[in-house]
Amino acid sequence: MSGPSTYEPQTGFTRWLDTRLPILRLMNDTMTTFPTPRNLNFWYGFGAVLTAMLGIQIVTGIVLAMHYVPNSTMAFDSVENIMRDVNYGWLLRYMHANGASFFFIAVYIHIFRNLYYGSYKAPREVLWILGVLIYVLMIVTAFMGYVLPWGQMSFWAATVITNLFTSFDQISHFFAPHMKVGIGTDIAYWIWGDFAVSNATLNRFFSLHYLLPFVIAGVVGLHIWALHVPGNNNPLGIDVKGPQDTVPFHPYYTVKDAWILSMFLIVYAVVVFYAPDVLGNPDNYTPANPLVTPPDIVPDWYLLPFYAMLRSIPQKLVGVLVLFGALITLFFIPWLDTSKVRSARFRPVFKIFFWIFFVDALLLGYLGSQSVDATFPYLGLPDVWLARFATAYYYAFFWIVMPLGFLEKPKPLPATIATAVLGKNAAAAE
Amino acid sequence: MRIALGVSLAAFIGLASAAIADNTVSTLPAEPPKEDVSWSFEGPFGHYDRAQLQRGFQVYKEVCSACHSLNRVAFHTLDEPGGLGFTEEQAKAIAAGYKIPEEPNSTNKGQLYDSSGTRVTRAGTIADYFPPPFPNEEAARAANNGALPPDLSIIEKARAGGAHYVFSILTGFVKPPANFKVLPGKYYNKYFEGRNISMPPPLTDGSVTFSDGSPNDIEHEAKDVAAFLQWAGEPKMEQRKQLGFGVIVFLLVLSVLLYLSYRRIWHDKH
Repeated sequence: MSGPSTYEPQTGFTRWLDTRLPILRLMNDTMTTFPTPRNLNFWYGFGAVLTAMLGIQIVTGIVLAMHYVPNSTMAFDSVENIMRDVNYGWLLRYMHANGASFFFIAVYIHIFRNLYYGSYKAPREVLWILGVLIYVLMIVTAFMGYVLPWGQMSFWAATVITNLFTSFDQISHFFAPHMKVGIGTDIAYWIWGDFAVSNATLNRFFSLHYLLPFVIAGVVGLHIWALHVPGNNNPLGIDVKGPQDTVPFHPYYTVKDAWILSMFLIVYAVVVFYAPDVLGNPDNYTPANPLVTPPDIVPDWYLLPFYAMLRSIPQKLVGVLVLFGALITLFFIPWLDTSKVRSARFRPVFKIFFWIFFVDALLLGYLGSQSVDATFPYLGLPDVWLARFATAYYYAFFWIVMPLGFLEKPKPLPATIATAVLGKNAAAAE
Repeated sequence: MRIALGVSLAAFIGLASAAIADNTVSTLPAEPPKEDVSWSFEGPFGHYDRAQLQRGFQVYKEVCSACHSLNRVAFHTLDEPGGLGFTEEQAKAIAAGYKIPEEPNSTNKGQLYDSSGTRVTRAGTIADYFPPPFPNEEAARAANNGALPPDLSIIEKARAGGAHYVFSILTGFVKPPANFKVLPGKYYNKYFEGRNISMPPPLTDGSVTFSDGSPNDIEHEAKDVAAFLQWAGEPKMEQRKQLGFGVIVFLLVLSVLLYLSYRRIWHDKH
């Protein structure tokens, strides 16, 4: 898809620059003339939204870092100082805190769209893996960011999540029962920089929270590079056969992406300006207190499905492995799905399983937000059992449904994108 | 033998406690906060009611501040736009009414304690923050039966329900149900988790007299101080909602223009 470059420098300076640093050629080929399938729908606009959200997070974050103090005795006060005394500090902080949520809303739409249209399949395996890597980096970055205000939820979420590693003690205890301190506890000490979550932990989380977005930006560069070799997948999931199937990226998709981004920003602005705390937890407006444990410790909403999986399993090590496994599974999807057809539009059976999976993910999120001993309304089933079934389906979708994809008889595929979009005659006329 | 003794002891305790347990309870889940109260600051065009904030401030000053600090609120915010609407002179006068502990770098030649060892104080200025009622946590607990009165600066952001919650707590001191046993030194409040609250009922009808002649029954006092505490936690709310309106109108217009451009550019490609 990348094909030979069509860039022709027009002025003396651009000709001079092109033979020394062909950056204008790169921009032209990737953002202007790049041939893009003509049938990309609304859901393909979220790549642009994600790029914009990364930019917003980095810009607001850099300014917040000018005022924030990464010290356990001053962090909470410095955040309140930003809210009250820094000019437009409230705007920066609300944009940043809610920006994380909207970043995740966009990434979940982006991921589900890829699952639906089979965009992870050959030749886009590396593109998909880089995407999953970005998602994992986002989770780590967001978790560390959640710790920085040093409220009650910050402190206790940090304690719960970092303590996951202590479950690995069971492994080292199995192989080396004489060791006093298990390997998991050693890892936790190493992460904390202390024997508990403390000032040292806060300090390093701040450092990493500042670093990782730039790592994400780097992987996003690779992700876009990997996109521009095979080109975009599309809702039909069939390959581009020729120029009649594509339009240049600019102006066709620049304008469409800008429109989708603008509408996304409206929803974002409504939350930032009119409900800035609706996605947060009131407990995080109480300064961290290691002596008082909140009754319910919950992560931010975007991690709730994984939290539900963790809590549904009584054996700690198994729970942690199930949690990590749920993420690691995503890396293998390109080889788990055995269907030759990409798009769920032509896979009637897979489509049903996909929508069940979508509901399953939402259900896990809901269950993660409830207290541990809650009972699911209407069913009278304890939440923890429902979470077990939902976790089982999460794994079954990837490790049973997808590998059995070859059994499904797909619907007939259209010959080309152009015939599907324009009808046979119009395609011939073009 | 030991096991048998243990079993019989456990059985005895079980029987005894069953006999003692005359179905009284000393803890219950809280009722959800009252929602049927409307606030001027709700909704996209919500704004603070200046007179109400000033009345609420009076309630805080005359009642709450005996035990609760307001550490994050500075006197200079009393005359800021979008707040209580005091003039700078009024804010200065309010500040001057408070005694602030002397610091080494301020006026008193670095002298922190007088000849009897008492901390030297000075009159507050608008650069100061509301001083706490107790010098430290231990003093606060000692004066309050071991309980720590929380700082009120962001109390409404720190509690689910916000202003509704604070209003409910202040008006939620009712007679406990017959089978409810209030713990010693505690008070029954149906909106408090567990329903045993350490705070004695702070407000009564007429505990504050408002200069503007507003009603001063307990409901009005609670509502006014809940509104004041909303401002204390979100002093930039009016600015936020105003700016948000402009931003959203801008984005709506931009979206329409981008949609029309999109239709125009794509008209022969669909």
